[in-house]
Amino acid sequence: MNNVARSVGSAADKRMKKLFAPAAVVVAAMFAYGLVLIADAPTESTMGLVQKIFYFHVPSWFAMFAAAFTCGIASLFVLIRGRKSADRVALAAAELAVVFGLIGLITGPLWGRKAWGVYWQWDAKLTSALVMWLIFVAYLLLRRYGGAGSEKLSAVVAIFGMANVPFVYWSVNLWRTVHPLTSVVPTLPPVMRGTFWWCVVMFIGLYVLLLAARVRLEKRRAELDALFLAIED
Amino acid sequence: MSVRRVKRLVGTVLSTAALLAGLSAFPATASGQQPPEPPEGFVAAGDLPAKEELPAAPFVIGAYAVAWVLVFGYLWSIWQRLGRVERELADVSRRVEAGGRR
Amino acid sequence: MFLRTVWLVVRKDLLIEIRSREIVYTTLFFAVSCVLVFAFGFVREGRPVEDAAAGILWISIAFAGTLALGRAFERERQSETLRALMLAPVERPALYVGKLLGVLLLLAVVEAIVVPLVALMFQAPIFRHPVLMGALLATGTIGFAAVGTLFAAMLVRARSRDVLLPILLYPITIPVIIGGVRGTAALLQADVDVPMATAWLSMLAFFDVVFITLALWTFEPAMTE
Repeated sequence: MNNVARSVGSAADKRMKKLFAPAAVVVAAMFAYGLVLIADAPTESTMGLVQKIFYFHVPSWFAMFAAAFTCGIASLFVLIRGRKSADRVALAAAELAVVFGLIGLITGPLWGRKAWGVYWQWDAKLTSALVMWLIFVAYLLLRRYGGAGSEKLSAVVAIFGMANVPFVYWSVNLWRTVHPLTSVVPTLPPVMRGTFWWCVVMFIGLYVLLLAARVRLEKRRAELDALFLAIED
Repeated sequence: MSVRRVKRLVGTVLSTAALLAGLSAFPATASGQQPPEPPEGFVAAGDLPAKEELPAAPFVIGAYAVAWVLVFGYLWSIWQRLGRVERELADVSRRVEAGGRR
Repeated sequence: MFLRTVWLVVRKDLLIEIRSREIVYTTLFFAVSCVLVFAFGFVREGRPVEDAAAGILWISIAFAGTLALGRAFERERQSETLRALMLAPVERPALYVGKLLGVLLLLAVVEAIVVPLVALMFQAPIFRHPVLMGALLATGTIGFAAVGTLFAAMLVRARSRDVLLPILLYPITIPVIIGGVRGTAALLQADVDVPMATAWLSMLAFFDVVFITLALWTFEPAMTE
């Protein structure tokens, strides 16, 4: 009985706790410096000030795809190996995919309203990103309302979602596109490019931090459940 | 058992072949539609005439605000939930230890 | 052994369906009502909005398909036959293929009625390129049903399964819908665009191969505890 109580809070947990605060400080500092960099970056001609949304919009999509990828890989482990830890990571990653995707989906239309005149234009990138975002929202809905055993089911959904990425992109792209070509990034002048990649690193760092925090929450919840079960014995 | 393995191998080979066929066929046939001209690359801000339309500032500020709110809102919600779970965990462990061995 | 299992499952479903004809009639009626409802939305002054026919056709197939999938597996759930099937010493993927074929047969019957109906109501020249159109319909329906059968089977034991099936199915089959609608529209428009239709067809075929393979791999792990 006491073994259960003692196992709560292992060495790895304590290490993670120690790393969390400094990591958070680092990311917050990067955030602050990032804002300085963004303000200093030269203004682009055709789109003007509103182009600065780019520094948050694109990196948050990077983070979303990192989260989506994580969820897909973790789901493979859930399905093939049935590991609980993989399932926690998959859930956390799916939540983060929804959060970062939401940032991208709101900043995109805000940029579009100013730059193209309309909030939504069924442009290829934004639409395919919307579809991917919907798949992860569906993942979360399944986890919440599917009842027992939905871990494996949602793992299948995540895997299918991952496999779908090229198809969604091709079909929506063939359907229509007005989005700036991806070649925008390499043609950026060094100052802008530096700021851009700084923001990418910052967002990825943010993603990793939030993922770690969320996984920790799930882990503690699982320990709590295990404790409750042990008491009932 | 070996028959199953052979079947699996054949299945994998066939699907890989189909995948490769699809990969080669699809881009070839899909070259047709050309997208409308999107802005290519970056053009530095020179002295361009100030355009009339909507003021950009509210959009930029709005976009950054949304990003901040979402990120920190999520972080805060994790913090809250974690605190609650930790408190419950401590509470239950205390009860377990107080109850002694059973 | 694999094919025999597939045949047995298909035969079982066919026999039940022939005797009761419940799913066929209800799904067919639903598909026809769908077409009508959309017609009221998209026909202005007796003439349909451009490209409406293709969209309405595929949306009706998607909706009717979701309904049919739900009903087919609800039947399995009620009699606990799915558990019996999983307990049988047969290859699980064969069960999946058997159910898939059953759903496809059902949808083929529905489409055999709905496609000419759409051609009639929207004055769409669907039979101009019958082979290509047939291929588009086939690959699209297979793609939709492949993902749908797996998800419906997975959800049999889940809570809120009725609403979760469309929630999970539609985002993942969006490429199928886009491909089907745009391919069909390319064939129905005034200046027919055969290369475009062929491009969409190859995307749909590719989708089918990838997702049937994925479904075959994940069926067993997903269905077992």
